[in-house]
Amino acid sequence: MKWIDYESPHSVREAVDLLNEAGDRARPLAGGTDLLVQLRAKAYDLDLVVDAKNIPELNELTYDPDNGLTIGAAVACYRIYGNSSVRSVYPGIVDAASLIGGTQIQGRASLGGNLCNAAPSADSVPPMIAYNGVARISGPNGSREVALEDFCTGVRQTVLERGEILVSLHFPTPEANSGANYIRFIPRNEMDIAVAGAGVSVVLDNGSIASARVTLASVAPTPLFVAEAGEAIAGKPATEETARIASAIARDAARPITDMRGTIEYRKRLCEVLTRRALMTAIERAKEN
Amino acid sequence: MTQTLDYEPNMVLATKTYDVVGTRPVRHDGADKVTGRALYGADFATAGLLHGSILRSPHAHARIKSIDTSAAKALPGVAAVVTSADFGSDSDAVVDLGEGATSLKWLRDNVLASDKALYRGHAIAGVAASNPHTAEEAVGLIEVEYEVLPPVVTVEDAMADGAPILHDDLKTEELGEQTDTVSNVAQHFQHKKGDVSKGFAKADVIVEREYRAKTVHQGYIEPHNATALWNNDGRLHVWCSTQGAFTVRDAMAQLLDMPVSKIRVTPMEIGGGFGGKIPVYLEPVAALLSRKTGSAVKMVMSRADVFEASGPTCGSWSRVKIGGTSDGTITACEVELACEAGAYPGSPVGAGAMCALAAYDIENGTVDGYDVVVNKPKTAAYRAPGAPNAAFAVEQAVDELAQKLDMDPIELRLKNAAKEGTRRVDGPTFNRVGLVETLEAMRDHPHYSAPIGENQGRGVAVGFWFNIGFDSSVNLAVNADGTVILTEGSTDIGGTRASIAMQAAEVLGIPAEDVHPSVVDTDSIGFTAVTGGSRTTFATGWAAYEAAQSVKKQMIERAAAIWDVDADAVDMNRGVISSKSDPELSMTFKELAAQLGSSGGGISGTASVSPTGVGGSFAGNIVDVEVDPETGKTDVVRFTAFQDVGKAIHPSYVEGQMQGGSVQGIGWALNEEYYMNEAGGMDNSTLLDYRMPTSLDLPMIDTVIVEVANPGHPFGVRGVGEANIIPPTPAIANALQRATGTRLFETPMNPVAITAANGD
Repeated sequence: MKWIDYESPHSVREAVDLLNEAGDRARPLAGGTDLLVQLRAKAYDLDLVVDAKNIPELNELTYDPDNGLTIGAAVACYRIYGNSSVRSVYPGIVDAASLIGGTQIQGRASLGGNLCNAAPSADSVPPMIAYNGVARISGPNGSREVALEDFCTGVRQTVLERGEILVSLHFPTPEANSGANYIRFIPRNEMDIAVAGAGVSVVLDNGSIASARVTLASVAPTPLFVAEAGEAIAGKPATEETARIASAIARDAARPITDMRGTIEYRKRLCEVLTRRALMTAIERAKEN
Repeated sequence: MTQTLDYEPNMVLATKTYDVVGTRPVRHDGADKVTGRALYGADFATAGLLHGSILRSPHAHARIKSIDTSAAKALPGVAAVVTSADFGSDSDAVVDLGEGATSLKWLRDNVLASDKALYRGHAIAGVAASNPHTAEEAVGLIEVEYEVLPPVVTVEDAMADGAPILHDDLKTEELGEQTDTVSNVAQHFQHKKGDVSKGFAKADVIVEREYRAKTVHQGYIEPHNATALWNNDGRLHVWCSTQGAFTVRDAMAQLLDMPVSKIRVTPMEIGGGFGGKIPVYLEPVAALLSRKTGSAVKMVMSRADVFEASGPTCGSWSRVKIGGTSDGTITACEVELACEAGAYPGSPVGAGAMCALAAYDIENGTVDGYDVVVNKPKTAAYRAPGAPNAAFAVEQAVDELAQKLDMDPIELRLKNAAKEGTRRVDGPTFNRVGLVETLEAMRDHPHYSAPIGENQGRGVAVGFWFNIGFDSSVNLAVNADGTVILTEGSTDIGGTRASIAMQAAEVLGIPAEDVHPSVVDTDSIGFTAVTGGSRTTFATGWAAYEAAQSVKKQMIERAAAIWDVDADAVDMNRGVISSKSDPELSMTFKELAAQLGSSGGGISGTASVSPTGVGGSFAGNIVDVEVDPETGKTDVVRFTAFQDVGKAIHPSYVEGQMQGGSVQGIGWALNEEYYMNEAGGMDNSTLLDYRMPTSLDLPMIDTVIVEVANPGHPFGVRGVGEANIIPPTPAIANALQRATGTRLFETPMNPVAITAANGD
């Protein structure tokens, strides 16, 4: 009978050593809501699971206006949407953290895990990209930072090298008059995976779009940051007509597949609808700020 | 969502009231279930238990060239490996286990494949080991050499010229004649009444369409499970989750070629069945493994196994041609219904064809049925099997006819409604049935005239299920404290402990709570057929009624003996035994029960019945949907279910049946399907991607219980478990047509289909 070892290090250094030694025979475990299911389904054949929940840096959740928001890689969703600073300053992250799984899952699942799992449908990644998020990574050769739009490199593939671990996610304080939103489409109302999703942010300046960022879920091998959708509407009035310009670009940028959750045509259609609706909500939120 | 009610929800349109029947006592098995103490099959444990696992075919269609189990057997912890050869039989005798005649070879091959794997997930070999992980690892060490063959997964493809053939020896039975044609069509039959060509000639309007329904699964939450212990004395004991303990016993006797008296089946608590827990899957494999090892062997399916290897109900193709005159008289209707049987013959097409036109008093009609094998798991019963497939077609065609005639769809149905004396196209003449009363309740319900919002549409449809009788047994014994022990053989999948106990309590004039029902094993009660066909409250309830009459008679005789009077001079009414002439002579059921021990001993009653006075049940729906025009997302915003139930013994559980059937129909209509890939495998064999509705996807399902008593039952009961799943799929299709202007002819009517059909 096959055994899998379990280690629970108390420092980043220790975790890096364990992961470096075992290479692709090991994976870190945060909430386990993806990993345990995947192990049971034999998606990975591991010798070692490294529990990240007892490492202080991976449990950090801090915000101040000067330094922005830091979310440790193992911080569970319930702590994120339960944090009043995150709720008021980063509502787009709360949108995603509160719709991943059900209540029990949100008690375990982390945004760091959602990112490292690198599913195209990951709900939290588009809004984190919208907020200009950065991944802070530690490894055998020290630490580095990677912009979140560059983190996922393929289905279940990331920039993490042998021995590297995601320590935390960092977000700058949003500019004044900005807003963000994440919405997804599922045919049911709960307990489902995004057929498509859109995470957007806007910065307004006197009723016009100063800048905007658009990222799509479930329509490419990775979360798809569509820089040109945001760029095309910079300087334009914050109206539905402007949102339509960006959403048409998002639709054209999407590279979905046909599978049991939706067809290419349908997903492209959703990209247009969801981007437009998310932009309008983000604009409303920006006006309230 | 909250909504202000301008009407009374969950109405009971009662015809007759009783003391116990028609009340809503707490179910007898409720405390064990809500406290988690009820024992299900997966909870079963015994000393020295081994754990089993199954090797399943990764191919939808393949010839099995060889199976090498040596590496699996050599793995430490493995106790035994079995394959089809371990049955030690090649008999192809014809057997009937209550679901129609079939070949013993096909039954055996579905449990463990011999020459061919006919669907992905088809069981190839079983392993028993000291723990489930070792068993699973050993399964991975079994080497099977397959010759992969092209799969065929829909009836249309399977019936096409040049289709891959599943069974080289399957010859089509054509209109009652055995032909020499080898094909995937096991049977083609026809029901016929009148002359459809003459009927169509009289019609002012004709609608002709084709419809397709996808394969769907019952979706019970508890996976299949079985534990078997083959004792050294040659007796086999099986603990499992089943709708019929005796059905399992009889199936095992056939498959293992042993007398029924050597097999004892203990039905564990059941976590949903809906028809899918009638066939045996794991039980025979666990038994073969136990015979080899001498230990009890337990097996539990995974969710993927449940989807890929236990019976779903059929996908189907159908064509309906219906004609009517401008006054709304249906003059003729032609139905073709082709149903997937799965890997072996025996689809629900027979039942579907019986129900297809049952709601209509039509002079000229034909129904053609085709039973077609495909590379999917063998279909099993699912709540009114076949009838939803037929209704999805017929009830849409009737709706379209109403639209073309510019008639209200309920009025059109009322004008042509089947009633007592109507001869059905499939032959039988109706006894007293309640379709007219059900349609009138629909027409008169506030829901039908309520205003409707933007992007919303309202649809209606009806459905019929014939119900069955069959054999049932009940034992009653009076306790000294005046309570009564009730033992019965019907496994309880829908609150039937309560509904059976209540019928005994009504006869005895005691509270429902004073009757203590138990579902017992096959060595402890007389033969009782499967819980299915909506028969249990009807037939086992009848056995309880008869057994209670026996107890009542003995109680009267005992009182007469104590009082030293003639039994004819004593009566028992509402739980009081009294002399017809002497008001001094009277005692309650409890008082007499306390005296039984000192007056001649205990009293018990038993009854085994096979009642024939079955009453069919009609159901109808009014449903409002709202469609997001941009995404095609559909929300069911209001749903009212109507059903003629004869007499609701326990109205809450009748409402539960109506709501449950409605929800399963909503799932089938909107999202559920076996999503098959090119290789013939099911891509979405998880609860995540199979997409049954959750509580958040549903409005309150309001119910209207219509009681048109069945003259064939002492309390007027009709079976209520099935008819309710029939109307939702067409009712939703009809509602979507009104919400979007586009009619959909195929399930699932999901957002992809809705946006594609609306062509923008």
